[in-house]
Amino acid sequence: MANRPELLAPPEIFYDETEARKYTSSSRIVDIQAKLSERALELLALPEDGVPRFLLDIGCGSGLSGETISEYGHHWLGLDISASMLNVAVEREVEGDLLLGDMGQGLGLRPGVIDGAISISAVQWLCNADKTSHEPRLRLKAFFGSLYRCLSRGARAVFQVYPENIKQRELILRQALQAGFGGGLVVDYPHSTKKRKEFLVLTCGSVQTSIQTGKNECDEGCSEDDFSEDEESGMVSMSDRNRPRKRQKPNKKGKTREWILRKKEQSRRKGNDVPADSKYTGRKRKSCF
Amino acid sequence: MRLITHNMLSCNIKGVTNGFPLRIEAGNVIKKEVDFNPDFIRHMFAKLEWKALVEGARSMGYAELPEDSPDAAVLESDESFLKKLHHALLELHLEEGALVCPETGRKFPVNKGIPNMLLHEDEV
Repeated sequence: MANRPELLAPPEIFYDETEARKYTSSSRIVDIQAKLSERALELLALPEDGVPRFLLDIGCGSGLSGETISEYGHHWLGLDISASMLNVAVEREVEGDLLLGDMGQGLGLRPGVIDGAISISAVQWLCNADKTSHEPRLRLKAFFGSLYRCLSRGARAVFQVYPENIKQRELILRQALQAGFGGGLVVDYPHSTKKRKEFLVLTCGSVQTSIQTGKNECDEGCSEDDFSEDEESGMVSMSDRNRPRKRQKPNKKGKTREWILRKKEQSRRKGNDVPADSKYTGRKRKSCF
Repeated sequence: MRLITHNMLSCNIKGVTNGFPLRIEAGNVIKKEVDFNPDFIRHMFAKLEWKALVEGARSMGYAELPEDSPDAAVLESDESFLKKLHHALLELHLEEGALVCPETGRKFPVNKGIPNMLLHEDEV
């Protein structure tokens, strides 16, 4: 997107009737939302005992992510601030219950009733002050505090976010920690600008299973940023294992086989389809080529 | 909005200590069938506030639930009870009406099955 929607208008105004319809009828968006929701559900690590759970979909919009939840057999409750988006959801006859509400005002749910929460592309809206009475930090605090309370012990919350910059990401992380959450950031395809997706995985109560590492084409570890509760300094430690190495320019004799192999590996890491390496890779062709 | 959601909602206005349960003013209630899954009903039972559920069901026109919360034995064996609970939780929809805060009397309107829980500036 050329412009971030959060900079254009508050969500209840940006997602008016026309935009809501456009958003939901775009097959590309529907496809992306389905994939993101599936991945978020995967990261929720719900017990595989065949018992449906009761999940919360924060910023459910027109119900695209909710439909994925229903497909997996769970019941859900969706919250969104845009009446137009919710109306589209009603038209599509989604199976979950819908609430018109502002997550920055607190969720208003009883303690320990939710088995898991997902949010696809919604939490970053909290970081912008859309009204003079808004203070983003207070809104984030109200949101994370009420979310922590309503989750049952051992439940997780998975947010797919598009933070505008590092400061925004840190603001979100810090508020989550202060509310009592533990967890980490999972990044899929960290090397590709197009495919890169960030998921904030929050846990409350004891963590039984470990958090998955992000996806990557090759089996190298990818940049997974863990953070733990550090009460003294409130610091979030991030480590980046994959520093970009200096590229080797092709030498004067032309592109060497080594260079070609390295370039192909880079392309594979980005997630492109690359032909397999063989004895023919970088072999000197006949002069007619 | 179904009773499963109503049983979890509480009034979020600043300063309110006793915001649960919200009283239901039922305008239009419809029934929509949902597949019965006894495991899910048993799983949810532990989280429910029973009295609120019975009162809520009565406001929506369903009085088949017992007054007292049943014990574990009934849950395991009595399938007809589980079916009644399933019907109350998942199959009754409040399409039009209002939810009323027990402490302040503030009404949250329900339109097309969606409760409007947005708080005014002075209530946050």
